[in-house]
Amino acid sequence: MAPTSETTFRTVTLGTPLELDSGRQLADVEVAYETFGELAPDKSNAIMVFHALTGDQFVAGTNPVTGRPGWWERMVGPGKPIDTNRFHVICANVIGSCLGSTGPRTPGPGGRPYGMDFPVITIRDMVRAQMALLDTLGIERLHAVVGGSMGGMQALSCAANFPERAGRVLAIATTARHSAQNIAFHEMGRQAIMADPNWQGGDYYEGAPPAKGLAVARMAAHITYLSEEGLTEKFGRRLQDREAKSFGFDADFQVESYLRYQGLSFTDRFDANSYLYITRAMDYFDLAEEHGGLLAYAFRGAKDTRFCLVSFDTDWLYTTSDMREVVHALNAVAAPVSFVELSAPYGHDSFLLDVPALDRVVEGFIGK
Amino acid sequence: MSAPVSFDLRPDLAKIAERLPSGSRVLDVGCGEGDLMEALQTRKACDARGMEIDPEAVAKAVSRGLSVVQGDANRDLADYPDSAFDVAILSQTLQTAQRPDWLLEQLLRVGREAFVSFPNFAYWRMRLALLRSGRMPITRHLPGSWYATDNIHHLTVTDFREFLTERGVQVTGNWFFANGREIGGGNANWRAEHAVFQLSR
Repeated sequence: MAPTSETTFRTVTLGTPLELDSGRQLADVEVAYETFGELAPDKSNAIMVFHALTGDQFVAGTNPVTGRPGWWERMVGPGKPIDTNRFHVICANVIGSCLGSTGPRTPGPGGRPYGMDFPVITIRDMVRAQMALLDTLGIERLHAVVGGSMGGMQALSCAANFPERAGRVLAIATTARHSAQNIAFHEMGRQAIMADPNWQGGDYYEGAPPAKGLAVARMAAHITYLSEEGLTEKFGRRLQDREAKSFGFDADFQVESYLRYQGLSFTDRFDANSYLYITRAMDYFDLAEEHGGLLAYAFRGAKDTRFCLVSFDTDWLYTTSDMREVVHALNAVAAPVSFVELSAPYGHDSFLLDVPALDRVVEGFIGK
Repeated sequence: MSAPVSFDLRPDLAKIAERLPSGSRVLDVGCGEGDLMEALQTRKACDARGMEIDPEAVAKAVSRGLSVVQGDANRDLADYPDSAFDVAILSQTLQTAQRPDWLLEQLLRVGREAFVSFPNFAYWRMRLALLRSGRMPITRHLPGSWYATDNIHHLTVTDFREFLTERGVQVTGNWFFANGREIGGGNANWRAEHAVFQLSR
């Protein structure tokens, strides 16, 4: 984790302990965040963007950890669909993560990193921390909350649990409930981390991290972010830097080389325990369950909130039919909802990539 | 015609917009890019929602700030609660439905009232074209060859009236159009190119 320890994150410390869904409390919570664009004097132009599983607060501009553009640079910035010349965009690192917000790598009460003593958190707990950040910043009501994938889960959770905090909710490529298949892929990743001898029951911060396990977890997850069509188009069965198969177990195929690179580069920027905790939070996510079993109940307080939901036709992780369930629930409470399934070849990752139709929908929904 | 507000819309849509009470909750089924919805929202303070099957049209409507759900009316209307809307609108879509009878039931379930507009297959030019050429007519309102057309359930004004009577649906208004202008109701089954009906249970 060398690069992150060298970066100073902009953080606030929450004044009161977070009451968690598990029944536990988390005290002295730090939330790392970034803002982009000026806050209007009447504070009416704030938009909160929620990041995905392995994302961070550096949604736009240059990420100081990686030196690369922010993860949603194409969507957020001056003149972009979420225009920072007009809007004040806030993006915070979720609790449980490892980019400045309190997580398993943070020193606990005893002074040593929490490791597996960190409490299991939920998507709603993440949103609680985000709302507490807003309290600290003195922002009562947001123009909009926006998120893709796990960010979309937070956006939906925010609408359900804090409907008074946002006028508009834009949730992209997401779901109101993790399916058995979603949980299964995550469990595979977690088991890969825990099977790495370096994991040491999560107590590895003074030694070598379980990089191999984390890399395998990332490789498996990465496959779920892409479509079969996209993989075929990008790699096919092409060989990597060689004329013929090696009859060995090197990365003969380009797709193998690509996945190995994705796995390896991920371990430089992400903490394995954070990966365990955040995937757990996603697996526990079932918005209907936490509101009496019916998804429509979750949105009872949000009937005046404007919703826009977007799915992608090649996304098999969080599908159009997942999204239709949310539409159905919102119709049941007569909330103003828009929904569109966009066509894009990139699978789940489409929300991060070049899909001009998405830009138009986002810009139009957020408003000028 | 003495419309209190004039709308820059297709004549059937303009008629619906003119007749709708201000402030209604409206569902426009097959709303396209949302021209009618926008007019209803800005000019008549309606709370307008739309359903449209074409994703590009939905994206355009959403980018105009309208609330439109991508869906297939033949299936997804069932997702709305009873009496969710004051008015449900189905313009130039009935003849494309897989089950027009089901669709009409759904319209009058989700809306307390419905406006339905459709092209009249008994319009005299249609009759003449069929009589003369012996082929399925292709007109301004019904473009496309028989094998390519979306219009799979052609109907006439008389058919529709009979259909409503059989189902006990009340007609609270009807208007007829030819050559882009409103015409009187006399001999509408001959003279009307398309029709607008206002319906309730």
